[in-house]
Amino acid sequence: MRDGLGTVSSVLVLGGGSDIGLAIARRLAAPRRGRVVLAGRDPHRLHEPAEALRAAGAGTVETALFDADDTDTHPGAIDALFAGGDLDVAVLAAGVLGDQEAAERDPRVAVDVLHTNFTGCASAALCVARRLRAQGHGTLVVLSSVAGERVRRSNFVYGASKAGLDGFALALGDSLVGSGARVVVVRPGFVTTKMTAGRAAVPFSSTAEEVAAAVDAAIRRGREVVWVPAVLRPVMVVLRHLPRALFRRLPL
Amino acid sequence: MPADGGADRRLLAGWGRTPATAADVVTPRRAAEVGTAVAGADRRGLVARGLGRSYGDAAQNAGGTVVDMTGLVGLRAFDGDSGLATVAAGTSIDALLRALVPLGWFVPVTPGTRFVTVGGAVAADVHGKNHHHDGSIARHVTQLRLDTPLGARTVAPDRDADVFWATAGGMGLTGVVTEVTLRLLAIRTSLVRVDTERADDLDDLMARMVAGDARYRYSVAWIDCVTRGRSLGRAVLTRGDHAEPDDLPAKRRRPGRGDLLGYDPHVRLAAPGWMPSGLVRPLTARLLNEAWFRKSPRSRHGELHSIPSFFHPLDGVRDWNRMYGVRGFVQYQFVVPPAAGEVVRTALERLTAARCPSVLAVVKRFGDATPGHLSFPRPGWTLALDLPVGPPALPGLLDELDELVVAAGGRVYLAKDSRLRPELVAAMYPRLDEWREICARLDPDGVVQSDLSRRLGLRPDARPERPRRRRDGSARGASVRPVGPARA
Ligand SMILES: Cc1cc2nc3c(=O)[nH]c(=O)nc-3n(C[C@H](O)[C@H](O)[C@H](O)COP(=O)(O)OP(=O)(O)OC[C@H]3O[C@@H](n4cnc5c(N)ncnc54)[C@H](O)[C@@H]3O)c2cc1C
Ligand SMILES: NC(=O)c1ccc[n+]([C@@H]2O[C@H](COP(=O)([O-])OP(=O)(O)OC[C@H]3O[C@@H](n4cnc5c(N)ncnc54)[C@H](OP(=O)(O)O)[C@@H]3O)[C@@H](O)[C@H]2O)c1
Repeated sequence: MRDGLGTVSSVLVLGGGSDIGLAIARRLAAPRRGRVVLAGRDPHRLHEPAEALRAAGAGTVETALFDADDTDTHPGAIDALFAGGDLDVAVLAAGVLGDQEAAERDPRVAVDVLHTNFTGCASAALCVARRLRAQGHGTLVVLSSVAGERVRRSNFVYGASKAGLDGFALALGDSLVGSGARVVVVRPGFVTTKMTAGRAAVPFSSTAEEVAAAVDAAIRRGREVVWVPAVLRPVMVVLRHLPRALFRRLPL
Repeated sequence: MPADGGADRRLLAGWGRTPATAADVVTPRRAAEVGTAVAGADRRGLVARGLGRSYGDAAQNAGGTVVDMTGLVGLRAFDGDSGLATVAAGTSIDALLRALVPLGWFVPVTPGTRFVTVGGAVAADVHGKNHHHDGSIARHVTQLRLDTPLGARTVAPDRDADVFWATAGGMGLTGVVTEVTLRLLAIRTSLVRVDTERADDLDDLMARMVAGDARYRYSVAWIDCVTRGRSLGRAVLTRGDHAEPDDLPAKRRRPGRGDLLGYDPHVRLAAPGWMPSGLVRPLTARLLNEAWFRKSPRSRHGELHSIPSFFHPLDGVRDWNRMYGVRGFVQYQFVVPPAAGEVVRTALERLTAARCPSVLAVVKRFGDATPGHLSFPRPGWTLALDLPVGPPALPGLLDELDELVVAAGGRVYLAKDSRLRPELVAAMYPRLDEWREICARLDPDGVVQSDLSRRLGLRPDARPERPRRRRDGSARGASVRPVGPARA
């Protein structure tokens, strides 16, 4: 249960190998020796991060199979994840950046990105929401991105997938009002993780730990949208309203 | 709640207004309907709820059933000679006082609010300002009617004593109490004769309490917990007893000049619903504390107070808990043995140093404990603090204070808790395992559960996905139940 001061005791990460997801799990579960479930498409590769979480102080860490792309398996897989006990927080961290140039050459590449980031995540979010509603409490944390706030020419496949997921998650949160469950939508800028390895950092970049701290604070305060770093919110207000002719020419 | 379709999914929170969870609420009007609810509860179980005055999550059961007991009210029997009253468990102390004070009877124990049910008071084994003199409420309970998953039973200190004492202080986790028989206190007036004195610091306060409490039935101290340094713990001590007719001025005693037992509680003010979040901030806490201390007399003797003003001052402001804003507040109350009064000082010092001042801080001396396995009071010093949620240092600070409390052989009060670390419960309540065995006997399938019991792992045998047996012992499948508000 999330306690009176907003401290939680169990965390599920869907896309369990995600640097951001693992940082959130460590931040939320380690101080109180909480329970963590890491679910990813290759559970063997989750043993190492699971061990690291134990070393960081998590009480129990389990690993399980979850493939965002395989939507037919979602209802059963997610029910099974919740069968071991209530989950206070579920982090939806599965996602791929994709190769924009390849996608523009081959639509099938674009479809794969959209399938994982939008269709797969939307399906998983619905399954989690149903379980949270049934248990009468809990928070679904959805990793969106500033890239979805105004979709840019340079990565519009990824950006559009996040724009879709972002809107989906916000309204899913609205549908849960009164159920005891909530959705927190997280919009980070550039985060230095495996996903962005090899890319030059841009202004307003952050670390996975900073994203985790912001998510922790949002859960405690009952916030529904989190920008990391916080300054991205006013920055994006400006960018969102730039005329297209101008926005198009920005080096973003 | 299957069958009767009377369940209604609602968000429930405790008095501290910290995170709410949703449950299917049923409101029985007759004791038999409680039995139906207990028998019909499914995998996420059920727990009773009274008037929701516990601060944390004791009267919540996320995703399961909550039995709202406030529909089960009334005085069932009353013996004017012995003062024994049998009441439906959902009856409030407020209603009891309205009915009984004019007849010359008072409840044996009342918490700082009269808006609690008798069932809730027993489940928390509540204490009042008279704990050093009269003990907690279970001392004055002669019999309980308890509905468990294996059926209803009557228990008393001399009849199934282990079940009785597992229930008194058991936070609703042994089953649903439907009826309580209490031994009332005879009074001759509805006034309280009160002596007030100021103490300059904590040592002075504790010395005054140790020396003088025995002369009074009621004793409590309000501490100005914003003041630091040498006068840390300066306090206003109020003590008293029910007034005798002779204590009243002659003109009020004359026949026809008003009733000695008149009782008229009324809520004067309501905290407005639009109250801005976080009205009570460290600065306002400081101002409130200063104002209260200054307005209290240095020393005054034999002042006459009404029952509401002496026992339930906070009830004069309806919904005062809203003043803490949307994030709510936690109450931290602990007790430590008589020789460990230093823990009270350390707690006050650390909270003021970390700028987490409490708006209300109350100190009291406890007398003898009851045999209740999870009953909170034990001999020693208790400190209760209201702390607005917000300061980032607060969670860690309270965790540290827990360690001091445990090291001193003390405990925190589960009826007020919303944030204790589960691993400390057994150290604070050494008879936890014995209590668990009794619960497992009464409720082998772990049907009776609450957010509190899940958060603290009080009943490790209660698993969310466990199928349960029916009362006749046959197993029932763990079929997936439809989710949503209206289930037929
Ligand atoms: C302003 C204020 C002052 C207070 N002062 C004091 C004080 O001085 N001393 C003190 O001891 N406490 C005090 N309390 C705490 C309060 O007395 C307890 O929390 C009490 O249990 C609340 O009763 P309730 O009817 O509101 O029960 P709820 O808060 O609804 O429930 C409390 C517990 O009782 C259980 N319960 C309720 N009804 C039943 C039933 N029929 N059968 C079985 N279990 C049941 C619930 O499951 C839950 O575990 C104070 C609270 C407030 C808000
Ligand atoms: N890094 C950033 O700059 C940034 C910025 C904004 C938003 N985000 C979002 O934050 C989330 C986490 O990203 P991250 O930075 O932590 O990157 P990451 O370390 O690469 O994590 C992404 C995770 O998603 C998993 N995944 C991919 N496809 C999956 C599928 N079909 N099923 C299950 N899991 C799948 C990956 O698992 P495998 O190991 O099996 O590939 C990987 O563990 C992503 O949604 C990302 O879009 C990241």
